[in-house]
Amino acid sequence: MIIAKAEARGAYDVERIRADFPILGRPVRGRPLIYLDSTASAQKPQSVIDAESEIYATEYANIHRGLYYLSERATERYEASRRTVQRFLNARHAHEVIFTRNTTESINLVAATYGRRFLQPGDEIVITGLEHHSNIVPWQLLREERGIVIKVAPVADDGDVPLEAITGLLTPRTKLVSVAHISNVLGTILPVAEIIRAAHAAGAKVLIDGAQAVMHLPVDVQALDADFYAFSAHKLYGPTGVGVLYGKEDLLNAMPPYQGGGDMIRTVTFEKSTWAPLPQKFEAGTPAIAQVPALAAAIDYVTALGLDRIASHENNLLAYASERLAAVPGLRIIGTTPHKAAVISFALDCAHPHDIAQVLDNAGVAVRAGHHCAQPLMERFGVPATARASFGLYNNRADVDALVAAVTKVQELFGQ
Amino acid sequence: MSDDLRDLYQEVILDHGRHPRNRRMIEDANHHARGENPLCGDKLIVFLKINADGVIEDVSFEGQGCAISTASASLMTEVIVGKSEKQAEELFASFHALATGGEVESSEELEDEMDRLHVLAGVRDYPVRVKCATLAWHTLVAALKDEQKVTTE
Repeated sequence: MIIAKAEARGAYDVERIRADFPILGRPVRGRPLIYLDSTASAQKPQSVIDAESEIYATEYANIHRGLYYLSERATERYEASRRTVQRFLNARHAHEVIFTRNTTESINLVAATYGRRFLQPGDEIVITGLEHHSNIVPWQLLREERGIVIKVAPVADDGDVPLEAITGLLTPRTKLVSVAHISNVLGTILPVAEIIRAAHAAGAKVLIDGAQAVMHLPVDVQALDADFYAFSAHKLYGPTGVGVLYGKEDLLNAMPPYQGGGDMIRTVTFEKSTWAPLPQKFEAGTPAIAQVPALAAAIDYVTALGLDRIASHENNLLAYASERLAAVPGLRIIGTTPHKAAVISFALDCAHPHDIAQVLDNAGVAVRAGHHCAQPLMERFGVPATARASFGLYNNRADVDALVAAVTKVQELFGQ
Repeated sequence: MSDDLRDLYQEVILDHGRHPRNRRMIEDANHHARGENPLCGDKLIVFLKINADGVIEDVSFEGQGCAISTASASLMTEVIVGKSEKQAEELFASFHALATGGEVESSEELEDEMDRLHVLAGVRDYPVRVKCATLAWHTLVAALKDEQKVTTE
């Protein structure tokens, strides 16, 4: 652990923290990197980079089958990481934590197994208007196959999805409510605890897409009573190639396997195979052996810093950035609800988001421009695309100042 | 501002981006096509009025996009008008080469047009922006061939 616990509980020293992220020290186009795209993927602290390379350098072998030292060690590291995720989400059991490739695969897993097994034609799934494509398209695929109905809770002008927008859609036929915890475009934080309570009262299960949430706020799946919770390691300062699906034990046990192959079976004959118990039932094939411990290192890193303190730091940055950007003439922030995380989507009167991102890139400022895999949401706000600046635990006020200075340059270039 | 940004956003591009020429509908167009770049959400329609001799009498576009794609569409309408279909296709090939960093071969009779389009050569250093610059041209070719829709991805 790079940051000692005692020190971590002191003042939030963002400059010390930045030093943990080697990439922040490299210049981009001859300028210091101003990285404002953590929502797409977060940069990695040295401890995460070391954890992955350490596995390859010292403890690498295939897991769950070798009767030799290295395989036992690799298996132990992998399963210890599962327990780290269990504690991080406060899951009741470690075997309720399934490792996938990413959030997208976690949601597809639920659609392909729970959805196919338990949803009948005419059954309803409720999503919201601010979902990422990965929480829309898997349900559309299921609709094509099963004839289910997808209902979409509308997004308010300020980017909020009020509880009533969702409860108003619940009927006796609602089988699943699948919503983002935090919007990747607007930063809106949805009232997931209340949504889950209302959905359960209506007899529906709930999947929370936590891809944008786990790095911004503490998540307790038992307190939430979530049925499924999905997130990706790479947005949590961890490695690429690893995602998590939390599912309640009884649901996961009732679901058929997702993929067939090695590791997920108990016995195989040509006539019939039987499945391994949880969690292996859902982890066919060789998984991300070196990356899963690196996810645990990422969790250790944010936990030592304290998600509450990270959130407070990011909220200060969000307030500062929102205030400075709102003062720029001709700039419109899309998503102004007070219930939001440190994500700012914006549009300029004088320039298309791609031109904004281009000029910002030239100033070393990395932002995302485009539809952010949320085309229906772009349509909702009447824009083809937005520029999006998002803030992580390592961003500072100087990053905000650089962003605003670069936006001013955009105006100089494209203003009339 | 750095020079490389100036290379990309030359004055002519900024001017055509702000004040695009021929951004209008042609009521009696006999060819049109829709172009779309799903990556950035840019959409445009190219309208053509081609006479019996195969000469492009009028050309226009509608739609919104970034400065590069709007300027490229605007400039395209200016160099294409009055040309034959064959010349338009030749200009497309030459422009495509210009934008992607390929070998630009154009006949002498189209030299002036290629000179005008040269302001867009800066996109070759920005792979993501090549599609912005070529969207209108791909849509033009689709309209000439009477394909209804084209996407650049």
